[in-house]
Amino acid sequence: MAETQKDSSLFVKKVSRRNMLKTAGAGGIGVLVGASGLGGILSITKASETEQVDNTVPFYGKHQAGITTEVQNHLYFASLNVTTENKQDLVQLFKDWTAAAEKMTKGEPLAESASNAYIPPKDTGEATGLSASNLTITFGVGPTLFVKDGKDRFGLQAKQPAELQGLPKFPLDALEDAWSGGDICIQACADDLQVAFHAVRNLVRIARGKAVIHWAQTGFQRSKQADAKKETPRNLFGFKDGTINPDVKKDSDMNQQVWVQQGDGPDWLAGGSYMVVRRIQMYIEVWDRTTLSEQEKTFGRHRDSGAPLGMKQELDTADYKAKDSNGQPIIPKDSHMALSHGDGTQSILRRAYSYESGMDPQTGSFDAGLLFICFQRRPSKQFIPIQNRLAQSDKLNEYIIHRGSALFACLPGTKQGSYIGETLLS
Amino acid sequence: MNKKKALVGVFLSTGLLFGCSQKEETAEKPKEKEAAPVSSELEGVSTEYREYAIGEIEQFVQATDAFTQAVIAGNLEQAKELYAPSRMHYERAEPIAEVFGDLDPKIDAREGDVPEAEWTGYHRIEKGLWIDNTTAGYEQYAEQLMKDVQLLRAKVETVDVTPELLVTGAVDLLNEVSTSKVTGEEDRYSHTDLYDFAANVQGAEKIYQLLEPALKEKDSALASDIEKRFADVYSLLDQHKQGDAYKLYTELTESEVKDLSLAIDALAEPLSQIGIVTEAS
Repeated sequence: MAETQKDSSLFVKKVSRRNMLKTAGAGGIGVLVGASGLGGILSITKASETEQVDNTVPFYGKHQAGITTEVQNHLYFASLNVTTENKQDLVQLFKDWTAAAEKMTKGEPLAESASNAYIPPKDTGEATGLSASNLTITFGVGPTLFVKDGKDRFGLQAKQPAELQGLPKFPLDALEDAWSGGDICIQACADDLQVAFHAVRNLVRIARGKAVIHWAQTGFQRSKQADAKKETPRNLFGFKDGTINPDVKKDSDMNQQVWVQQGDGPDWLAGGSYMVVRRIQMYIEVWDRTTLSEQEKTFGRHRDSGAPLGMKQELDTADYKAKDSNGQPIIPKDSHMALSHGDGTQSILRRAYSYESGMDPQTGSFDAGLLFICFQRRPSKQFIPIQNRLAQSDKLNEYIIHRGSALFACLPGTKQGSYIGETLLS
Repeated sequence: MNKKKALVGVFLSTGLLFGCSQKEETAEKPKEKEAAPVSSELEGVSTEYREYAIGEIEQFVQATDAFTQAVIAGNLEQAKELYAPSRMHYERAEPIAEVFGDLDPKIDAREGDVPEAEWTGYHRIEKGLWIDNTTAGYEQYAEQLMKDVQLLRAKVETVDVTPELLVTGAVDLLNEVSTSKVTGEEDRYSHTDLYDFAANVQGAEKIYQLLEPALKEKDSALASDIEKRFADVYSLLDQHKQGDAYKLYTELTESEVKDLSLAIDALAEPLSQIGIVTEAS
């Protein structure tokens, strides 16, 4: 089985990339390719010379992947509760997870096929033969890993950062326990949903007896294939979402806004980042019967171009002071964009995905919306003040409701021979 | 009863459904599978398990006799009382009992598992006792059930207990719990699912105890993990026990059901590794 697998993946590589042309030139497959026309051959040439064949994102590094990594097409997010009371179990769990995550992000199965047919296969198998698909697996710890019901569960209370507290209750929050909190989170992102699900499924399997899923949610964006121009993705209200996002390629910005620095709090988290997750249901039926003008005023942007109201291009700078002929601000003060911007001093790295979970059985409406995810260095200075403004007066609140909420400290990255969470647990 | 086996009865072969040739077994014949290459130690275990299972079936015959007599005598309350405890013997020995693909549905099919006209056995009578609240009209099912159980007792002598049957049987019993007992679908009229739940766990534990010495030699950490997980499941079950009686499924809260389900998952995962005992040391 292992042999066949190797052989076939070599075969795929040989045929699907540059080598295909060589083979084609040699005659054998030439007929087949020829049938699809000359243009086909040319376009393959172009792709194979410019396209990066390697679609793996390294698991090891100073920071965990999946934060400043280019956003993949799919997300599988899981919040887990720890059931073991033994700290050594927890350490072992993170060691096992690190080894498994490292393999899976390389596109490798957890084990070659078993020699003993009387035990279940170690890898669940559905990603066999699939590429790594830019899989990233990001681990975080929630406040309840430290203290739950007043109990210092693993002797970690002294290490709990002041920033890692439950988020405050914001006005209009309609949070449900079934979509909130968690001791540990696993964010798996990949360009293939089956690859992302496989990752979380196997990690949860490894955790059996030590931790269980508390809640989970899939997420999606338009795929890269569907959007060759790589425009800003649109949310389920049809508007571009994420136009203003810090530049992940600028290390100085990331250090300023995303990565926890030495001295910010306990140093075990230096190189990590705080992750806010909000499951925001969007009343899409209500939105769909709202006039275009009202929709645009709600966001503060034009729907088609994504430009700030009064401007032409998506990336044009918004003019919050401009007035219309009636003396009203062109970008309403209670628009989502104006309130998010505030005085421009707070910034977060958004990495949200749309979600849809079929029908809401209570209403017959879609249960769809946004799994809002953002990363930051200090929630108290970034997400919390922004969300306070939004929750108080955002026009968008008529069309959305926050059903779930969680805050995690995403652990610093790790290197070969160490494990994720070592700085916290050792 | 095992859902999969019910399908076998109806469709003759799971291969038809899943295109899987490994499980092609007809309803008439007992399973015949290749045995793992094993040591004589495991052969001894197989013999011991065979004795245990036959012992349970023997007690099942006696318990079913009392149960069916109560039904035939029109003693509704007594029949209701005997229903759940009788079934426990069958549920403990299920890896053996369900080998007989023709008898298992006759004894243990749930409504809808088989065509209505062919539906007999414990659950048919269960519906009479709890839904119709009578024994009247169910005497014929009681008589048929007794005949089928006696036939099972006779046939069970012919079963060849292979090490593979043991290795898969332990986890299969817990899978039964996960897919039908913990969902309240097994005893949907009497809501006595926890009796079947406990019996499946006890049946799995018996197999584990027989394999434990061999397992300890291979991986003592795995053995102690499994022991701890069994203890966790029993301690949860004990919370729902008053004297010898288990709470009704409908008396459990949603979170109690979830805790039971997760405890079975936490046990079954390490238990599924028990097949390492077949490896040469």
